[in-house]
Amino acid sequence: MAFVLVVPIHFIKKHLMKYLLSVLTVVLAISFSFGQVGDKLPAVKIMTLDGQEVSTADLDNDGKPIVISFWATWCKPCVKELNTINDMYFDWMDETGVKIYAISIDDSRNSMRVQPFINGRAWEYDVFLDPNADLKRAMNVGNIPHTFVLNGDMEVVWQHAGYAPGDEYELYDVIQRVANGEAIDH
Amino acid sequence: MMKKLIISATLLLGSLFSFAQQGNGNDAGSLHGNFQSDFQFYQEDTAIGAPPVPEKFLLNGFLNLNYTRGNFSAGLRYETYQNVLLGFDERYKGSGIPYRYARYDNGFLDVTVGSFYEQFGTGLIFRAYEERNLGFDNAMDGLRIKTSLNNGIVLKGVIGQQRYYFEKSEGIVRGFDAELPINTIFESMADSKTRISVGGSFVSKYEEDRDPRYNLPENVGSWAARLNVARGGFNFYGEYGYKINDPSSVNNYIYKDGKALLLNFTYSRKGLGILLAHKRVDNMNYRSDRTATVNDLLINYLPAINKIHTYTLPALYPYATQPNGEVGYQAEVTFKIPRGSKLGGKYGTNVALNYSVIQSQEISQINDTTPLFTPGTDGYDVNFWGWGDIRFYQDMNIEITKKLSKKVKLVATYINLQYNKSVIEGKDGFVKMHAPILEMQFNLKPKHTLRTEVQGMFLNRKRSASGELVKEDRGDWALVLVEYTFAPHWFVAIQDSWNYGNPTESRRIHYYLISAGYTQGATKIQMNYGKQQEGIFCVGGVCRNVPASNGLFMTVSTSF
Repeated sequence: MAFVLVVPIHFIKKHLMKYLLSVLTVVLAISFSFGQVGDKLPAVKIMTLDGQEVSTADLDNDGKPIVISFWATWCKPCVKELNTINDMYFDWMDETGVKIYAISIDDSRNSMRVQPFINGRAWEYDVFLDPNADLKRAMNVGNIPHTFVLNGDMEVVWQHAGYAPGDEYELYDVIQRVANGEAIDH
Repeated sequence: MMKKLIISATLLLGSLFSFAQQGNGNDAGSLHGNFQSDFQFYQEDTAIGAPPVPEKFLLNGFLNLNYTRGNFSAGLRYETYQNVLLGFDERYKGSGIPYRYARYDNGFLDVTVGSFYEQFGTGLIFRAYEERNLGFDNAMDGLRIKTSLNNGIVLKGVIGQQRYYFEKSEGIVRGFDAELPINTIFESMADSKTRISVGGSFVSKYEEDRDPRYNLPENVGSWAARLNVARGGFNFYGEYGYKINDPSSVNNYIYKDGKALLLNFTYSRKGLGILLAHKRVDNMNYRSDRTATVNDLLINYLPAINKIHTYTLPALYPYATQPNGEVGYQAEVTFKIPRGSKLGGKYGTNVALNYSVIQSQEISQINDTTPLFTPGTDGYDVNFWGWGDIRFYQDMNIEITKKLSKKVKLVATYINLQYNKSVIEGKDGFVKMHAPILEMQFNLKPKHTLRTEVQGMFLNRKRSASGELVKEDRGDWALVLVEYTFAPHWFVAIQDSWNYGNPTESRRIHYYLISAGYTQGATKIQMNYGKQQEGIFCVGGVCRNVPASNGLFMTVSTSF
């Protein structure tokens, strides 16, 4: 982390380290003591692309793994992630039976663009809209992209914030382990 | 105020935990949330216009807590601004719990008391929402009742006051909305391939009239109707909104009524997507306080119909709807050239073409002697179906995404854009720019990726006060970004945006920025160090001005 060295050293001593430590303590304490993992997918109303209301309680994949990926048309890393996975999606489905639900949080500015956007890119996902961010809030998602893996009992077993190229390998690793009924440690 | 907040928060949390301890296993319910803190250390930099910050460093942070047990949920958000980061509204200064709610939802009946977010249709007359990274939040505080009947009809009723930083609006907002899916209501339509849905809403605000000059409407009513028709790959959506006269500081206290129309048509099939959109807005500024401006106390949301550019340089010229009036069109075609074809190559090629244009309305004086927008009058006459002379914004762009080999991907973008700075920002100027952008991604070895961006942005010339030709606004830019990711945890990046064509020679500055980030599950930590140019930062539909700054920025976020 060489870039930190550019900051005046007295500043690091005085403020930054103190701040860093306290924030890290809080964050780590919180993330290890709770964790969404193990909880059922919350029942929240979302919308189909033609404007019909559906409940997330009706999502289902016959006991096979499910991925829930929050994205938006204006979010570059989200589109990159879904584009990348789309190239592998058929193999993933063949090997594990996984189903990917792509939840768009686009608001009315872009929600009409979603259908042509996904078809134009030949995406194979099941896409829903969350225009009022109800599901996003219920799943405590801050920034997107944010990806969850659910087991066959619709319980959240893994989650990841952000996307960097290569993250799809870790995601698929988790999906395979869920498909094989292995426990996920995180 | 603060005391009250703390007491209510303590009570709420207390009840959450006592709930949580009851019963066993899943019966105890679950407590989750998310946290984010943004911290910046500032250095004064007169060359780029970064002001001195007396506090040296500033912090914005928030924590959401949500407790769920069966059909019951409750939650709150604690926010702290010590002091407010530059670029966010200073009225956020301080700490508190501006958001807390309790909710019961059994699938049929959904009741929320306290804070909530909601929207009717596309939001032309009502939308309460948040955009934390922009400091935008017009959450309602009051009551919401929603019911979903078994034939698919959804009814919503809301009443409340809007959030205003750590306070609330004096005005009250009330609304009702109905969504009627025709295919599930009428059995004869159940098997039809044509899916039709209609909706309607009514919203009104109450605000006392204390104005000594004018007799103002204290109850301002509005309504909207919408229709969605889908068949096969076709989809049509139309919405029309109307508002009675509502003089305000934004419309210069004119007594004109307001109208808005939004039409969207899409066609798509695998490999092809087409979108056509049309929008008209006439005097639709709608707030729970007549004197509010910018992003404060907005009741409605008027979506802009243009593509949002996310690359750093073109993002300096974003567009937002002009609520006093505009007319716009958009067309977008997205297609995939199939793999194996001559142009598609081994992996296929994605192409997106987009065009949008936004102009003023066609307006005229109400009579020969009254100038346009004279306070206390009807303001202007409008030909609602007309097309005004003033160009606000135009954008033509193409984006090509191609995988060249197993290891190399590229995205090539070209943007040609017109931006009326006087209308959009209230500062003199009309920008015409074009920007070629090339993004490349190299998979060096599994999980190791190198990504580069090269951007150029070239502006038009204008005649300066002294008569010579100079570049418009801040002139030409070039940008180079190199980013290295080691999935799934680390990334480092270095970026140089160089304003080499600035008309002022001393402002031809390199804005260097070094960033690094670490991700572990749902926890992200990121740091940037360097110079940030002044610009407009947007998420979704809303934007805020970001002042120039020099220093260290750090953000930590997690979800649990």
